[in-house]
Amino acid sequence: MPKGRILIAKPGLDGHDRGAKYVAHLLRDAGYEVIYTGIRKTPEQIVSAAIQEDVQLIGLSLLSGAHNVLFERVLALLAEKDADDILVFGGGTIPSKDIPKLEAMGVQAIFTPGTSGESIVQTVSRLLQNEPSPNPHE
Amino acid sequence: MIPEHLRKAAQAWTDGAVRRATSKSPERSEGFVTASDRPVERLYLPDEEQIVKYPEKLGFPGEYPFTRGVQTTMYRGRLWTMRQYAGFSTAEESNERYRYLLDQGSTGLSVAFDLPTQIGLDSDDERCIGEVGKVGVAIDTLDDMERLFEGIPLGQVSTSMTINAPAAVLLAMYIAAAEKQGVSKEKLAGTIQNDVLKEYIARGTYIFPPQPSLRIVSDIFAYCTREVPRWNTISISGYHIREAGATAVQEVAFTLADAICYIETALSAGLPIDQFAPRLTFFFAAHTDLLEEVAKFRAARRLYAKLMKERFGAQDPRSMMLRFHTQTGGVTLTAQQPDNNIVRVALQALAAVLGGTQSLHTNSKDEALALPTQDAVTVALRTQQVIAYESGVTNTIDPLAGSFFVEKLTDQIEEEARAYIDEIDRMGGVVRAIEAGYVQHEIEEAAYVFGRSIDDKRRVIVGVNEFTSEVEPDIDLFEVSEEVRARQIEKLNRVRERRNQGAVSEALKCLLEAAGNADTNLMPPILAAVQAYASIGEICGVLRQAFGEYEEHYG
Repeated sequence: MPKGRILIAKPGLDGHDRGAKYVAHLLRDAGYEVIYTGIRKTPEQIVSAAIQEDVQLIGLSLLSGAHNVLFERVLALLAEKDADDILVFGGGTIPSKDIPKLEAMGVQAIFTPGTSGESIVQTVSRLLQNEPSPNPHE
Repeated sequence: MIPEHLRKAAQAWTDGAVRRATSKSPERSEGFVTASDRPVERLYLPDEEQIVKYPEKLGFPGEYPFTRGVQTTMYRGRLWTMRQYAGFSTAEESNERYRYLLDQGSTGLSVAFDLPTQIGLDSDDERCIGEVGKVGVAIDTLDDMERLFEGIPLGQVSTSMTINAPAAVLLAMYIAAAEKQGVSKEKLAGTIQNDVLKEYIARGTYIFPPQPSLRIVSDIFAYCTREVPRWNTISISGYHIREAGATAVQEVAFTLADAICYIETALSAGLPIDQFAPRLTFFFAAHTDLLEEVAKFRAARRLYAKLMKERFGAQDPRSMMLRFHTQTGGVTLTAQQPDNNIVRVALQALAAVLGGTQSLHTNSKDEALALPTQDAVTVALRTQQVIAYESGVTNTIDPLAGSFFVEKLTDQIEEEARAYIDEIDRMGGVVRAIEAGYVQHEIEEAAYVFGRSIDDKRRVIVGVNEFTSEVEPDIDLFEVSEEVRARQIEKLNRVRERRNQGAVSEALKCLLEAAGNADTNLMPPILAAVQAYASIGEICGVLRQAFGEYEEHYG
């Protein structure tokens, strides 16, 4: 029995998916069911995939600097489609000054370069159990 | 072969002194490995083969098999080109950065385009929200290209452009912008990346499926051979393959497998090998494992020379020379303690120089966080200048040749890369191997192994999993405003109002016809469309209509 279903997605035009694939692999090894969208997906495609695949979490990966605009769009679409029980986390080259903004939008956690695999798995497990974050800056 | 008396002496040393030393205090690890997970022995010994087979294995600089370098005098004659990759926001702002870099002693330009430009979309396309001007400069029409190079004499500088799927369009814009400066295309020097295969493998800015993409590449080869003879028509890139997680061997192997495919495509289009091969160039990464990287560059040169001579029957020595650009490894930069990155970049740049690179980009310390600031870029350029003018490594050619370890590594990397190429041949070539997901999977696995080795601290990354500090780096980051898109759309609309709409429609119609006829070279109709101020989105739109789009399938 898998521990939970997670969609790893690449919004925008950025093709750097080493991190996305790494996290997908890591979470699979940790016992989750993971669907990876592939690169260059629109927020619309990501949200409809998340609903269709019935996932509990979406992980967004972006290295092009378009995170503020695109993460916000994904969250707005989830709310619009009454699917905001699906939680969102993100990762990539995201400057620390953007993190509070993203959290205020509703992104649950942001993993910046250098985050350990263990800390990603722990945070994901916490999110799936709906526990409040002890440290939102992870 | 290691001489018998040495082998015996080494055995005695291992059984005696080494055993005594390690029984008192063991070595730091059970086994030592390179950054690519290659086991490293305690000690390497001289190999008689290096003397006996010197002519065929090493040879002389500027001579087959080019292991020791592609130029006769290497850096004693001329230093490498210091070429810093740059571009952001609009053409006007990037133009300012280029002029700054040239003023500071850069000796060539290297243009970074934003993602919409790289995948052939106009800035006003819906899909470009948040991306315009972000990772490079936004170019929609020839008008932007003219502004990008304003005041920069295109007859005198050489320009490298990181552009792949729409390479023909940007090359046409460069030719047209130069023409407006009064510089004819025979005088232009530079490089387009134009390597679509690695886009499917690792970088992601593909547009069309492989077959029409390869046709465009081959059309560019043919056109430039005739019309832009000093232009490097492709930069076959291992850099992004390495960045995606490949080992040093995979970087060499997959890059050369891509090269084989381009060469076979051009040959089957009827181009003679020695006509186009001298204009092929390469692009590799330099990571921090200094000696492995030096060996990698030397192995790549020797393997390519042999392939060109033995497999493709090249006669002209220039066809057998693997000339390459190097960039220090973006993926090795850490967001934590970013000043440490200056040191990493210095080691990597040194590897590139000891490996005989023709041009070099050094990354800036802040690039794990954002695009670099001007100050950070200056330090990166100064790093190259310190190596060039102070380190002394440029005074003699291929200074690490004859190192027992480096020569052994060079042999191993060549041999293992060749085995990969054989495997890809058996699969029916690199396009098949990509479509089957083989190449991507090999890289992904290597990336996973590497990542886990950091997670469990088998590998130490200073400031990340050891020697960490609690203090958040206080560092000024470069930011591209979200308003760039609005400004870019405004410029695009002005061009659309000003241009002759009839001429644009006519040019696009001709392009569509040419796309439908495999025997027609696409460069002239693309150039005509560019000169009529058709936008990149319009031109690539026509080609999308003719060729369709590539869809990657994930397992």
